[in-house]
Amino acid sequence: MNRIKKFFSTFLLFELLKGMAVTGKYLFKPKITVHYPEEKTPQSPRFRGLHALRRYPNGEERCIACKLCEAVCPALAITIESEERADGTRRTTRYDIDLSKCIFCGFCEESCPVDSIVETRILEYHCEKREDFIYTKEMLLAVGDRYEEQIAKDREADAHYR
Amino acid sequence: MENIQQQFVQLFGTELGSMLFSLTTNLALIFAIVIPLLLGVAYLTFAERKVIAYMQIRVGPNRVTFFGIPWLRGWGQPIADAVKALMKEIVIPTGANKFLFILAPILTIMPALAAWAVIPFSPELVLADINAGLLYILAMTSMGIYGIIIAGWASNSKYAFLGAMRSAAQVVSYELAMGFALVCVLMMSQSLNLGDIVNGQQGDSFLNWYLIPLFPMFLVYLISGIAETNRAPFDVAEGESEIVAGFHVDYSGMAFTVFFLAEYSNMILVAALTSIMFLGGWLPPLDIVPFTLIPGFIWLLLKIAFVLFFFLWFRATFPRYRYDQIMRLGWKVFIPITLVWIVLLGLIMQLPESVRNLPLLNIWF
Repeated sequence: MNRIKKFFSTFLLFELLKGMAVTGKYLFKPKITVHYPEEKTPQSPRFRGLHALRRYPNGEERCIACKLCEAVCPALAITIESEERADGTRRTTRYDIDLSKCIFCGFCEESCPVDSIVETRILEYHCEKREDFIYTKEMLLAVGDRYEEQIAKDREADAHYR
Repeated sequence: MENIQQQFVQLFGTELGSMLFSLTTNLALIFAIVIPLLLGVAYLTFAERKVIAYMQIRVGPNRVTFFGIPWLRGWGQPIADAVKALMKEIVIPTGANKFLFILAPILTIMPALAAWAVIPFSPELVLADINAGLLYILAMTSMGIYGIIIAGWASNSKYAFLGAMRSAAQVVSYELAMGFALVCVLMMSQSLNLGDIVNGQQGDSFLNWYLIPLFPMFLVYLISGIAETNRAPFDVAEGESEIVAGFHVDYSGMAFTVFFLAEYSNMILVAALTSIMFLGGWLPPLDIVPFTLIPGFIWLLLKIAFVLFFFLWFRATFPRYRYDQIMRLGWKVFIPITLVWIVLLGLIMQLPESVRNLPLLNIWF
């Protein structure tokens, strides 16, 4: 009996019609595509995009060249050189992030004791040469200066969970 | 028309003039078929991408437009694709047989376009109204396989060769089922001429179309047609996930585009044949006023579009058949069904006159 039933459902293309009913139904469903440049998906305050180096409100750079980020970086993307400055504090003379190596894991941000190196929400940046992917200290500080407001707001929003 | 012929005769003399005249008119007719056909192919690719996208709750191509007109968004895509393909280099692999490599796409597209010569678009509108139209179509569609085999062989690549082998076996096995399904149509219409086949379906309504008495054959023909054109779910010849792209892996630029054109014009051809042989060609679904006002040409186009939509729908729905399943379906399912149906149909047609005049049966026999 079962075999006869199966025979007929196969020959009457029953399963095929069922499958086509599913796709036919989806043809009229609202589409879920996000039209990218015009529409964007919401971002979390924890979004891990382009890096930035932050400053204190008085303009002093936060980084104290502890090199924890360099040590923790799994992709070895960070290079730091440091020297004693005239006022006796330890500061970086070189802080390079090779973005072509970086895997955007966010470990540098987590390891930083002074919240200096952070990852911002910026994801739409591009470079035309490989060398351009090496972000120097000046560039990272510039990113930080430019987006400080947003960065501070995101840290604030997330502070509760740390 | 006569005037122009006379002018030709005056200009070039009787013999040469009439020869040149028929040459020019035929060329003009060929262009009148091929150019809309190629445009149709371009927009069929667009329709395919759109339909499949919609069935996968995406939106499909929606960027390229003409002159920045917003409601034409996406409609420029096939043109942009064609221009891109034209500008690409045709790479000929080192180990390939150069002559055959170039010949293969030509051999594929030639029959795909040539078969259109006998398609009747309306009672008068047909390029070559030959009596053995159906045979000609069968001959032309089977020719297409040579292009694929030669492409697979000339590429000198394992994947291409595998694709060609699969394609050859598949097309040969489904040609049989397709031919048998068409035999049923022939038995009903008593003619090989495509125009006569459509005329045989003339009647009050769509009940007279061969779709109804030959419904199983319609399904067999449609499915074999999909297999013949190597479309999903029978696209093992291409099998992106198994053998990269099958017979045309090594083709690029315009050579690849020609294969593409051939595949899609074959698709349209199969849809056109399905409409002519089972859906009543240029005949309106009901022989009453609002339907008969629309010219037959439009009805045929609508029917072709309808069948093509099913092609796209199948592709969006079904996963690819395994190779042995394809062979099983072709040889062990379709050919027996068609053979049984031919015998049944013959028996019905040989029934005594009084039985054939019973209601329902009298519509078709």
